[in-house]
Amino acid sequence: MKGRIHSIETCGTVDGPGLRYVIFTQGCLLRCKFCHNPDTWKMGEGKEMSVQDLVKDIKDYLPFFQSTNGGVTVSGGEPLLQAEFLVELFTELKKIGVHTTIDSSAGCFSRSPRFMENLDKLLEVTDLVLLDLKHIDPVEHKELTGMSNEHIIDMAKYLDQKNVPVWVRHVLVPGGSDNDEYLQRLSDFIATLNNVEKIEVLPYHKLGVYKWENLGLSYPLEGVEPPTEDRVKNAEDILNRVKVIS
Amino acid sequence: MKVAEEVTQNNPWDGFREGRWQKEIDVRDFILKNFTLYDGNEEFLAGPTDATKALWDKVMDLTKKERENGGVYDLDTKIVSTITSHGAGYLNKDHEKVVGVQTDEPFKRSLQPFGGIRMAVAAAESYGYKLDDEVVKTFTDYRKTHNQGVFDAYTPEIRAARKAGVVTGLPDAYGRGRIIGDYRRVALYGVDHLIAEKKKELDLIGNGTMIDDVIRDREETSEQIRALQELKQLGEAYGFDISKPATTAQEAFQWLYFGYLAAIKEQNGAAMSLGRVSTFLDIYVERDIQNGVMTEEEAQELVDHFVMKLRLVKFARTPEYNELFSGDPTWVTESLAGIAEDGRPLVTKSSYRFLHTLDNLGPAPEPNLTVLWSTKLPDNYKKYCANMSIKTSSIQYENDDLMREHYGDDYGIACCVSAMRIGKQMQFFGARANLAKALLYAINGGVDEKLKIQVAPNYAPITSEYLDYDEVMKKYDTILDWLSGLYVNALNIIHYMHDKYSYERIEMALHDREVLRTMACGIAGLSVVADSLSAIKYAKVRTIRDEDGLVVDYEIEGDFPKYGNNDDRVDDIAADLVKTFMNKIKKHHTYRNSVHTQSILTITSNVVYGKKTGNTPDGRKAGEPFAPGANPLHGRDQNGSLASLSSVAKMPYEYSLDGISNTFSIVPKALGKDEDTRKANLAGMLDGYVTKRGHHLNVNVFDRETLLDAMEHPEEYPQLTIRVSGYAVNFIKLTREQQIDVINRTFHESM
Repeated sequence: MKGRIHSIETCGTVDGPGLRYVIFTQGCLLRCKFCHNPDTWKMGEGKEMSVQDLVKDIKDYLPFFQSTNGGVTVSGGEPLLQAEFLVELFTELKKIGVHTTIDSSAGCFSRSPRFMENLDKLLEVTDLVLLDLKHIDPVEHKELTGMSNEHIIDMAKYLDQKNVPVWVRHVLVPGGSDNDEYLQRLSDFIATLNNVEKIEVLPYHKLGVYKWENLGLSYPLEGVEPPTEDRVKNAEDILNRVKVIS
Repeated sequence: MKVAEEVTQNNPWDGFREGRWQKEIDVRDFILKNFTLYDGNEEFLAGPTDATKALWDKVMDLTKKERENGGVYDLDTKIVSTITSHGAGYLNKDHEKVVGVQTDEPFKRSLQPFGGIRMAVAAAESYGYKLDDEVVKTFTDYRKTHNQGVFDAYTPEIRAARKAGVVTGLPDAYGRGRIIGDYRRVALYGVDHLIAEKKKELDLIGNGTMIDDVIRDREETSEQIRALQELKQLGEAYGFDISKPATTAQEAFQWLYFGYLAAIKEQNGAAMSLGRVSTFLDIYVERDIQNGVMTEEEAQELVDHFVMKLRLVKFARTPEYNELFSGDPTWVTESLAGIAEDGRPLVTKSSYRFLHTLDNLGPAPEPNLTVLWSTKLPDNYKKYCANMSIKTSSIQYENDDLMREHYGDDYGIACCVSAMRIGKQMQFFGARANLAKALLYAINGGVDEKLKIQVAPNYAPITSEYLDYDEVMKKYDTILDWLSGLYVNALNIIHYMHDKYSYERIEMALHDREVLRTMACGIAGLSVVADSLSAIKYAKVRTIRDEDGLVVDYEIEGDFPKYGNNDDRVDDIAADLVKTFMNKIKKHHTYRNSVHTQSILTITSNVVYGKKTGNTPDGRKAGEPFAPGANPLHGRDQNGSLASLSSVAKMPYEYSLDGISNTFSIVPKALGKDEDTRKANLAGMLDGYVTKRGHHLNVNVFDRETLLDAMEHPEEYPQLTIRVSGYAVNFIKLTREQQIDVINRTFHESM
């Protein structure tokens, strides 16, 4: 089976534990204003790669995974758009003992039987989900990402119900998601979950702005600067007020 | 100190475990019987003492003056440097725990004309000094030098190849270096015993029939004995009697250093490496600490002062040398850690203390601190090394698991990547052949693309518009046959003459009689050739010719796999090239029946080779630098650093036993979000790389912006150290051209 892949980074260190082979899939339903990979949005683009080819390549990095407790992370784009492909890929990876991680913003989550069937199969071969909760408020979420967040919250709950280990990730955008009241509400929500191992605040950055320009898109956060260290610390404090299991 | 003297006065070996080392010269046996493994963390380490700080301030002050003076603080123009040529010199006699400088004062460079008087003159002139007329006359009219001997014997063909740069950087105009005396022997046995042993050896040479080899061996051994006698005089000049073994840690450091000092007073070899001394010296430190006569502060002070001396090693070099090996390197390489053949890590507290000098004295390029890395090193030590790399970018790593298979557990690294058994093995350093230029010769029938003269034999050139892979490979094979022969011939001449006119007598005096010699060939342009052949094979490469029909440029149609992306299609081409050239080298007779080896290492000469090489079929433009060592060409490795490391790890060490250099630069953030993660990831990266049989890795951790700022404000970065191919340099001492090359290289920074 083949997947649509945007690119590969063999040495990821920020998307899960240890050194990670990060597969960026092509295609996403969200249109986050702060997105640093807008070139992964469009469906149907990217390079077609087979499970077989990827596994062959990944095998070569086993020594690095073993020495750092690393593994493979599929990011995007939105990996869950290619859930069937991931099931096959992760099934093969588990056979050779590779730690598997999905980095998802759950933008395509739905309770449709077909989606749920694939998701359940996928979660069986997934060791960790990095779940991006971009905003707790549905209206603000829509403003920031182009989509409301009910189904995203729903997926968080579902992962909890299935007891899948999750690292919550929250991109801190000044003027967008950096607001104490909303952060507290997000914190309260996370407190209701029992499967969260870690909460990461990702400070908004501008390293991807050039990609918007390359795509001929106007950058919606023009003039927004990355958050200060104090604000990042503040967000970390608020979000971590919940008791985190480990 | 007083007590230690009393304890050990009668027997300097008191407290050491007995062994074969007492009956034969066998330092390895002494180490294995006596070292104390340390697998704890770094918390025991002590900061610099007041004396250390005062001395280092003085060094920094002299460094500043040296920089202001155009790169040389002072230079001896009259006294030819020998082991005994100068009286004592000090930084500050009251503070120094280890004494001795190359001339009569620190930072004053010595005059060493035996390698070549013209070079000595040129080196002096380039810094505004004029050599004494008498010295020049003596070494011009009465005493022949190595350089002159070499050029007397060179053929016109070799000269042309050298001029064109298809062989480059040969040690025909500078000292060959890369010989490591076993300086530990001076401390363990004392000089008198070493002399007695050499005298016994002299009696054993030959069977009475005087053939060339026997005569040379006898003369060399006699020279070694003379050098050892002079070594004792060097000790006396500083008030020490080093005829007997060292009795304390301080004496052990001092005795060992005198051995090394004698070597650098007589030889300005390109690389004057130290060997593997820290675990050896630790045995003395441990004994003094156990006896209650030394504290941790005193132990660290001793290491700091010793390392400070190693940082002061300086030679007068020619501008041509500086172009090849930029930044005033001396390769005082010290090999740390590694694993014993019995499985014990050779990590001691002093393995930490030596790296800790980077904290106490600040980062520095010398000594060239080299960690012999194994997956079996203690985790604490791995993390400590990673942490020091992240902090200072001053450490290189070499695969002990790989080298132990070939060199046992008492080898050291000469220069950058050349492993050799200490005291049992030496090499004839051979610089390198430019395989990228050779490829152009294959296409152009041996005509040099820049000089437009026939350098290689007049083979049939390629006449088609598009390059055909099979045709190119066939012609390339023929050119490599020619090149390997010419190259080994040149090296035979060079080393014959070096032995004859500039013999390393004190270094060889600290070797066994039966020494394994290697002929250390090397290659440059690996990634350029691999990518070029890949382009020819997987894309279409059209030739562009000048009015004489010479191919001067190439046009690539389509894409092709590039070395550095862990793609077998091209990585195999690179690996095959390494094997092919090694096999060709092996066909040729070598001087003194030395064993053929090769390295993939360019040092900073990748810039010079690039400058001398025309457009290449991979799309690299004429004059652009090659990638250093076995690195992928910058910007072409696009799948992240593990892919890049994996490509290089495929180069077969068995066919490149003199080492495979890889320089790796990464921004701190790309190693992870926090300090602990970064340490763990870097250590894990090294574990992964050695597991994949990668040989060597220079690790740089910093942001490109830092380097850009240092270019503009050098005065603010006096100690900014970076690793380049196989050594470290003071970034601000690089030429601007080389600074730019370093900055342009791939910094792995994806997040």
